Order: sequence, then C-alpha cells, then structure tokens
Amino acid sequence: MSRIVRTAADIIYPFILIFGLYVVAHGHLTPGGGFQGGAVIATGGALVIVAYSYAEVREWLSKNVLMGQEVIGLVGFIGVALIAFAFGQVFFFNYLNASGSLFGIPVPYGINAGELNTGGFVPLMNFSVGCEVWGGLTLVILYMLSGLEKEGC
Amino acid sequence: MIEQIPHILVLLGLIASAILTYYFKDLLAATLAAGLFSFLISLEFYILQAPDVAISQAAIGAGLTTAIFIIAIGATGRFEGESS
Repeated sequence: MSRIVRTAADIIYPFILIFGLYVVAHGHLTPGGGFQGGAVIATGGALVIVAYSYAEVREWLSKNVLMGQEVIGLVGFIGVALIAFAFGQVFFFNYLNASGSLFGIPVPYGINAGELNTGGFVPLMNFSVGCEVWGGLTLVILYMLSGLEKEGC
Repeated sequence: MIEQIPHILVLLGLIASAILTYYFKDLLAATLAAGLFSFLISLEFYILQAPDVAISQAAIGAGLTTAIFIIAIGATGRFEGESS
C-alpha cells in the first residue's frame, strides 16, 4: 500500500501491541482476558500484514514462531491445569490462590482499586490463551496472504 | 429520554451501514461499510453493558474480518461481476 499507510502502521503497531498485552495481563480484573487481548494483538499484526507485501512481512513474522506460540499456549494451558494433580487435587484446581507465591495474595475485602497480584493461576491461563490466540489469528491472515502470492497476483 | 439519544443514533447508524453494505457495487467500499457496522455494533454492546463482548467484536469484526476481506479483494476483482 501507499507510504502514508505504511508509516501509520509503523507508528500504531507498538501501541496496539501494548494495549493487547495490557488487556491480557489485567484479564482477571477488568473486562477482557486472554482471547480479547490476543485478538487485539492479532489485529495489529493484520494491520502490518495488509500494509506491507508478503515478501517484506515474511522476514518479520515467521510462520514457525507463530505456530510455536500456538503450541506453547495450548501446552501451557493444559499443563498448568494438570499440575493440580501433583498437589493431590482435582483437574483445574486453583492451587496458587491465596498461597502467598506468584499471583497468590488473597483478594482484599471491600471496595478497592483491584490488586493485580491476585487470582491464583487465572492470570497464567490468560497468558496462555493470549499467546495462543495471538499466534493462531495472525497465522490465519499470513496463510491467506501466502496463498495469494502463490497465485501470482 | 435524553440518555436514549446516543442509543437511538447507534441503532440508526447500524441500519444505515447495513443498507450501504448491501447496495455498494464497489466491494472495497462495501467492506468498509461492513467494518463500520461491526464498530457500531461493538458500541451497542458497550451501551448494553457488555464491554467484554464489545472488545471481542471490535477486534475480530472490525479488525480481522476487514483485513481478510481486503486481502480477498486484492486476490479477485474490486467490482461486482468482474473476474480478474
């Protein structure tokens, strides 16, 4: 596309990335979560993919890296849920909740601004889902563009 | 009554953008009208106090599907009935 679109995409892309990561990281406090944040990040990736040609995009966004993100997200999600068996609990038991370790503070009582370090393994689930949706939705657009290149358009 | 005015404006915009999507022969303009429809319906979700759904709709509907349609228009023809 034109130089104006490319420059605008270059400037906006990091802000979209940061906003998506914010939505993922605050998934247990504010509206949004893993899927919504990952979709926002994938929208930023789609902006760059539409603004540039496939030959240029291929150097920045590798299909293997995106597929690896997908695998890491899915394996992390099911792995975090399976660790509960090591504590002698049922599947998806929230073993980190109020344990004092990572994301382990008990939720403060009453009206408060929202403590980020709460929720047990719910933030870890959000990170896994965000990673997976980021890779998957960007991969959809990238494969669509690569099929277009093969046709010679 | 006065707080209903933005809601009514959004609903009228939804109907207008849907009709525009149907009647445009330029497919790029029709895609942008569909993107406007997605944006307005995410605004409607926000007014109806579902911000979670609104974020999904804004990202998927207004962002990703518009990008996919633009790539598809680049691979085929820009106007209805034309096959390049």
